[in-house]
Amino acid sequence: MKKNYGPVYVAPLTGWLVVFFAIPISIIVYYSFLKKGFNGGVMHEFSLDAFRALYNPTIFKIAFNTFWIACASTAVMVALAIPASYFMARSRHKNLYMLLVIVPFWTNFLIRVYAWMAILGNNGILNSTLISMGLMHEHIQFLYNTNAVILVTVYTYLPFAILPLYSTIEKFDFSLVEAARDLGATKFTATVRVLLPNIRGGITTAVLFTFIPAFGNYAVPQIIGGSDSYMLGNVIARELTVTRNWPLASSISMALTALTTLGVLLFMRLNRSSMESARESATSAPVKTPQSGTGATA
Amino acid sequence: MRSAKPTGKFSLGMFTLTIIFLYMPLVILVAYSFNNSKMMAWNGFSLRWYNELFFSSENLWHSFWNSAVIAVTSASVSTVIGTLGAIGLYWYNFKFKKAISVAAFIPMLIPEIIIGVSLLIFFAGIKLQLSLFTIFLAHTTFNIPFVLMVVMARLEEFDFTIIEAAYDLGAGELQALSKVILPAAFPGVISGFLIAVTLSLEDFVITFFVSGPGSSTLPLHIYSMIRFGVSPVINALSVVVIAGTVVLAALSRNVVKYMFQK
Repeated sequence: MKKNYGPVYVAPLTGWLVVFFAIPISIIVYYSFLKKGFNGGVMHEFSLDAFRALYNPTIFKIAFNTFWIACASTAVMVALAIPASYFMARSRHKNLYMLLVIVPFWTNFLIRVYAWMAILGNNGILNSTLISMGLMHEHIQFLYNTNAVILVTVYTYLPFAILPLYSTIEKFDFSLVEAARDLGATKFTATVRVLLPNIRGGITTAVLFTFIPAFGNYAVPQIIGGSDSYMLGNVIARELTVTRNWPLASSISMALTALTTLGVLLFMRLNRSSMESARESATSAPVKTPQSGTGATA
Repeated sequence: MRSAKPTGKFSLGMFTLTIIFLYMPLVILVAYSFNNSKMMAWNGFSLRWYNELFFSSENLWHSFWNSAVIAVTSASVSTVIGTLGAIGLYWYNFKFKKAISVAAFIPMLIPEIIIGVSLLIFFAGIKLQLSLFTIFLAHTTFNIPFVLMVVMARLEEFDFTIIEAAYDLGAGELQALSKVILPAAFPGVISGFLIAVTLSLEDFVITFFVSGPGSSTLPLHIYSMIRFGVSPVINALSVVVIAGTVVLAALSRNVVKYMFQK
């Protein structure tokens, strides 16, 4: 019997992630139950102040904003990504198109954000062009509001939606759609009843990959946002570095993580139950929907 | 049946729209980097911003150097740790294996800002001065799960009977590792390393929290520049970054092709 080296291989991984991930996260949980120190830090005394402070209209409003911005940008990204990745997966130039989508994504994140400042800023291209054409005299403030945050979030995370959708659609067996069309389904019906249910896995991944970073967004609202588009991430940073209320920063961090998890679980659940109902309706429908992509292989 | 048939006009339209949306801002940055004016109104062709970028932006290049050092060191360490972990989790059975292979991916699912905040509080707790070293520790931490994921994906395609054959033929653990397992996992190891370098060069949020005075990286430097509004020097820098990205993309594609396709 040869020696089991498994634990030896895994030891550095486990050790590193315990020290630099598990312990720091546990400290946040611990700090959220403490009293705040006078200038940052904490006093080691049990207190629920940090959680009581969460129960206030400002935080609720910001949490709602965060949720709205994340949901809206996720919806826009997935709506754009489904047809775009469908086109890519069906094309003869798949690899070229893939590279086209990835190159802007590899460009530094802050430069991509800055590009929109250069376009939409008060001294930006759009304003200068409109003024020099004499269409208006004063600049319009396009940035520093919720819509600008949604736009730039979509811009920075869009490939996160395209990549998983592309790889799912590429594996999809398109003869199923053709079968549905032969049996008399319209293009629209075939897409909704055959294609979409079969690429559900890709849609789920795309939603998760875009919703999670959008919900925990800090940089985009910090740079492009205004007071109405403040997100939970910004409050955490403010409490940590400006107000220096570390227990509150910790409790908001926990709330952010909990809300993200809740959103993800809720979505997975909705997803599952709608899949079941789709299955039920499929069995009674005149055009049979295949139960899964693996069911029929050409 | 043809595998690629003409697709609908709607999806073509949406794809075109997506590509225009993705490239229009970058094209504008490139064009305006040659603008003579300090404002974003066109005022003739000029290379003055490139001149300023290359000859009087020492802090920027210093930050760039810091970024490069951190990217290479953190990617190397996380590649070693992630690769060993992937081999252990894939090839062996032991207690808590299942739990570890799930828990190791949690850092990918937690919002970046939480990781940044928790590390800042942790470093403050152990009285570790914020510096390039703390940035290196943070980057290694968020890189590990990505390397692990990529190497594991590679190992899944791999026929493990040849490892058993190596053992049967008398190879020791080190020999099996260096002569059989690592060469087989190598494409995964290389792509894990490249992904780690990219993530490290790119990271702003976590770095923002764990950097100290004097330990600026390129993204932090860009952030401090754009906070003061539009500056044509950033336009010129963007062009350099975009060009670098394209060259690296082409290079890594060809290197990977050359190494793994005969």
